[in-house]
Amino acid sequence: MFDDLRDLYQEVIFDHNRNPRNYRVMENADREVEGFNPLCGDRLTLFLKMDGDVITDASFQGSGCAISTASVSLMTEIVKGKTETEAEALFKQFHEMTTGKEEDVDLEAIGKLAVLAGVREYPARVKCATLAWHTLDAALKNEENSISTE
Amino acid sequence: MTSFPVEKIRADFPILKEKIRNKPLVYLDNAATCQKPLAVIDSISHLYMHEYANVHRGVHTLSIKATDRYEGAREKVKNFINAKSTKEIIFVKGTTEAINLIAQTFGKANISAGDEILITAMEHHSNIVPWQMLCEETGAILKVAPINLQGELIYDEFEKLISNKTKLISVVHMSNALGTVNPVKKIIVTAKVKNIPVLLDGAQAIPHMPIDVQDLDCDFYVFSGHKLYAPSGVGVLYGKQALLEAMPPYQGGGDMIRKVTFEDTEYNTLPYKFEAGTPSIADVVGLGAAIDYLTDIGMDNIANYEAELLDYATEKANKIKGLKIIGQAKEKGAILSFVLDKIHPHDIGTMLDSLGIAIRAGHHCAMPVMDFFEVPATARASFAMYNTKAEIDALMAGIEQLIEVFG
Ligand SMILES: Cc1ncc(COP(=O)(O)O)c(C=O)c1O
Repeated sequence: MFDDLRDLYQEVIFDHNRNPRNYRVMENADREVEGFNPLCGDRLTLFLKMDGDVITDASFQGSGCAISTASVSLMTEIVKGKTETEAEALFKQFHEMTTGKEEDVDLEAIGKLAVLAGVREYPARVKCATLAWHTLDAALKNEENSISTE
Repeated sequence: MTSFPVEKIRADFPILKEKIRNKPLVYLDNAATCQKPLAVIDSISHLYMHEYANVHRGVHTLSIKATDRYEGAREKVKNFINAKSTKEIIFVKGTTEAINLIAQTFGKANISAGDEILITAMEHHSNIVPWQMLCEETGAILKVAPINLQGELIYDEFEKLISNKTKLISVVHMSNALGTVNPVKKIIVTAKVKNIPVLLDGAQAIPHMPIDVQDLDCDFYVFSGHKLYAPSGVGVLYGKQALLEAMPPYQGGGDMIRKVTFEDTEYNTLPYKFEAGTPSIADVVGLGAAIDYLTDIGMDNIANYEAELLDYATEKANKIKGLKIIGQAKEKGAILSFVLDKIHPHDIGTMLDSLGIAIRAGHHCAMPVMDFFEVPATARASFAMYNTKAEIDALMAGIEQLIEVFG
């Protein structure tokens, strides 16, 4: 059952959905941005702690589907310790992986995030996976404090 | 009652034979739009192959034939909802356009600063936003009557919100997000005492129950063809003749005029005054065919059969641990909106799709309803006359399976 969905719902995704990492409000966050996907009502708040241009801590709160929860959970893990430029580069890779051509993705850089590659086959779900990253992008650019995927 | 001929009906809908991801399609997204019987599909191709030309314009044979078909559909709509006259049947694009038309014509002519428009907390965005736009333009005020946790209108509160300033009451007949059927007759009786016109959004009600606008005594009734087994691109605005006569026109152009000079234009009579430009001719003809098809089956029979489906689905759903039905009104149409503990509706939607089951996951264009129930979205199975108990079994089995997978 649900055999067709194995690429989309990998065990790692269920795991992060059940036990999201870095799921907490951050006191004294340097950046706090809200992300919203009006299509499905997913809402998340992303918190970043910065040291110069290095992300020293990342956490989030909010509610979303398994794909969006796993995506933001994985993202908060992977960006810790990265510089802004490195994080932006990851975003580009992630975007490429979920919307673009397979050949253009640097699997090494993407690492664990590769479990989300399956959304490429589900256009209705791509935004679930990318919401976290658009929110991070806004936080790094220090844009307005609420972004939307629409 | 002889048993409902569901298998015979299913055979009339070619798309129901489709396979989705190699599984038989179980189509339970009828509140979004429903599928079309062959009679409707054929009526459109017949028109294009044998009888198509522009309407109301030509003296040639084809134009007369097409006009007959188009006006014939208007007659069918009139009979279907028991309007007094075909002058009261305006063809529009759909419910959304009908409500916008009323806001921009009736609204602008009759509603001004300080006046009030009363709606309910369970409206579709299309019965909220046009009024917000009108309020912004005119300085009128939008009042919203609350609902309870069953998803029913709180009638006392609703009545309290009716004031001397209320210029229009606009209420959804049956809610697309909750399934609730509102006590529209009672609302209209109350409104009549104060001479307040009532608009009913019938987008969801129309495929599920017999509608008699004279018996209801509503001033406006609007619906979309595509939710009534007819093509998308056509809808109906019913309005009482006197009200429509008094309203300024909506769009200007061909067909809606009687005489044009550069100094002055004389508008056409009803219903053409509100039908500027070439209409969606084939879709209107398709709507006529859908109405014939439904009339043969009988709206009462459909209502009874769907009530049986809903009862069956509700009973089964209540047995699933962790499932909560959103919208448990006593008076309810064939819609089952629900949430599952710790599983987001979008995941439910994708997982059921992999089993060939089409449901809707989202806010159903009713974000205020989602806010009220404090959910970001719901999963919604909505039934039509061609659905079966076996399909409901498939849905429930799918839900049980996905609960297991999510652990
Ligand atoms: C209750 C209700 N009102 C209005 C609409 C809008 O209908 P349409 O999109 O056909 O204009 C819908 C459609 O979803 C609806 O369910």
